[in-house]
Amino acid sequence: MQIDTDLVKNVAQLSQLTIEEDKLDATIKDLNQILALADQMENIDTDGVEPMANPLDSVQRLRPDVVTESNRREAYQSNAPQVEQGYFLVPRVVE
Amino acid sequence: MKNLSVAQILRDLDSGQYSSRELTQYYIDRIEANNSKLNAYVTCDFSHALAKADIQDELRNKGEASALSGLPIAHKDIFCTEGLRTTAGSKMLGEFVPPYTATVVSNFDEHGAILLGKTNMDEFAMGSSNENSFYGATLNPWDTSRIPGGSSGGSAAAVAADLCAAATGTDTGGSIRQPAAMCGITGVKPTYGRASRWGMIAYASSLDQAGPMTRSAEDAAILLEAMCGHDAKDSTSIPQDPPKLVESLNNPIKGLRIGICKEYLSHELNPSIAENVLASVEILKSQGAIISEVSLPNVQHAIPAYYIIAPAEASANLSRFDGVRFGYRCDEPKDLNDLYTRSRSEGFGAEVKNRIMIGSFALSTGYYDAYYGKAQQIRRLIKNDFMTAFNQVDLIVGPISPSPAFKIGEKTSNPTDMYLQDIFTVTANLVGLPAASIPSGFVDGLPVGLQLIGNHFDEATLLKAAHSFQQATDFHKQFAEVS
Repeated sequence: MQIDTDLVKNVAQLSQLTIEEDKLDATIKDLNQILALADQMENIDTDGVEPMANPLDSVQRLRPDVVTESNRREAYQSNAPQVEQGYFLVPRVVE
Repeated sequence: MKNLSVAQILRDLDSGQYSSRELTQYYIDRIEANNSKLNAYVTCDFSHALAKADIQDELRNKGEASALSGLPIAHKDIFCTEGLRTTAGSKMLGEFVPPYTATVVSNFDEHGAILLGKTNMDEFAMGSSNENSFYGATLNPWDTSRIPGGSSGGSAAAVAADLCAAATGTDTGGSIRQPAAMCGITGVKPTYGRASRWGMIAYASSLDQAGPMTRSAEDAAILLEAMCGHDAKDSTSIPQDPPKLVESLNNPIKGLRIGICKEYLSHELNPSIAENVLASVEILKSQGAIISEVSLPNVQHAIPAYYIIAPAEASANLSRFDGVRFGYRCDEPKDLNDLYTRSRSEGFGAEVKNRIMIGSFALSTGYYDAYYGKAQQIRRLIKNDFMTAFNQVDLIVGPISPSPAFKIGEKTSNPTDMYLQDIFTVTANLVGLPAASIPSGFVDGLPVGLQLIGNHFDEATLLKAAHSFQQATDFHKQFAEVS
């Protein structure tokens, strides 16, 4: 598998990242080296092997559906780049 | 006071040899004199540390001391500390002051430990050399032209240079054990789920685990008892009490079955390191351990599987950094999409961006089965190998890293050179096993570590063997001289 310019631009977009034009070649080279490593998996026989997502094969534990946290909006918003009247501000979305 | 172990400090504080304030001041003086040479700490808060030391001294005088009362430690800058900046080594979190405290940190607080500061690390724990920190690389106290290992390199260097009594680290693919080995200290990654991940900035959630970085196995046992335990706030936390480790440390290892993984020694390995592993095994054998060879045929596939699974999980975890709620925001975004992409592109470093993109790729339509799915199947094969081996042996030993600490800049030209550093350590994370690195000697004048891997939940055997080894050796009592 080789990543080319189109694919890296697509992957960057999926990742909400932009790659500057002058770094494109270096990024493609890096990603292809990583994929060459990953491609070593190709010939390993994994037929019928159940994929493993959790090292202890645990399933997601659920907790009772009760309120456990208090409202600390001001503390949480103290790290936000821009807030107003309790809202997180972003550039205008709807004209 | 130089190079005191945690065990010694706790005895000395108890007997009134010195106060926590005096000890805390000793480390503050050490940090002020040496941190500029090593860059081990990113953020410190000395006035807060001294105030807390006074409180612990008072409690001790009243006979109300807790298990770690007055013990000055450092936390890796990946653990959220309320009111104290937490960067994860990233520009993205350069001004992030958490509104809450990680469970591991609050466990230490409740046991009376004193926080000296937050230690440097590879950005979002992605790296094996500490060169990926936005705040500059940490240097190895044994040789400042070399890397300290990573990603918990700041913690390893701080312990090795006596800039704290002990420190915390996190280990996703070897990030506690490899820097511990390269800085000549002891590092333990407990079983997945032992220590809460709540408030620990996430890299790869099915692999991440916190652990202690200390001068000895005994110190690691003391810290693990304090930091572990069930936490309802982490859904993957094991619903068990912290393991009892200190009480069984001195039990003999006679009859303990130890396996040497033959695949680990046949890998491309510095011959001096292979010799060191075999010499270390002889020491354990002389203490009564029964040595045999075990085969883990699929461990050779661990690196490709790890470098798909970890980036895939990272790409999901790091999507929270969007420039809206916390973290870096770019200047003058022209629209919402520009805000997201430019904040992320300017806030993340190159390695983090590479891993996010590899992860997004491995999870994307058309590639998911061939990469992410396949890697998870290989993960199962590796686990099966270990479970078979643990029917025959109680512990598995091997090297930590293919070479001792390398030079700054030596492996930065392509990413996969650095990835191969993790070849012996990622398996314990993929399988969730407890694993330790203990100082086992020197190669070319630089410290190297022996890896011990235990079965799930069996930290007690792991620590007992490590402690036994340290009763017969003094590698853990040799200290770097920072000049």
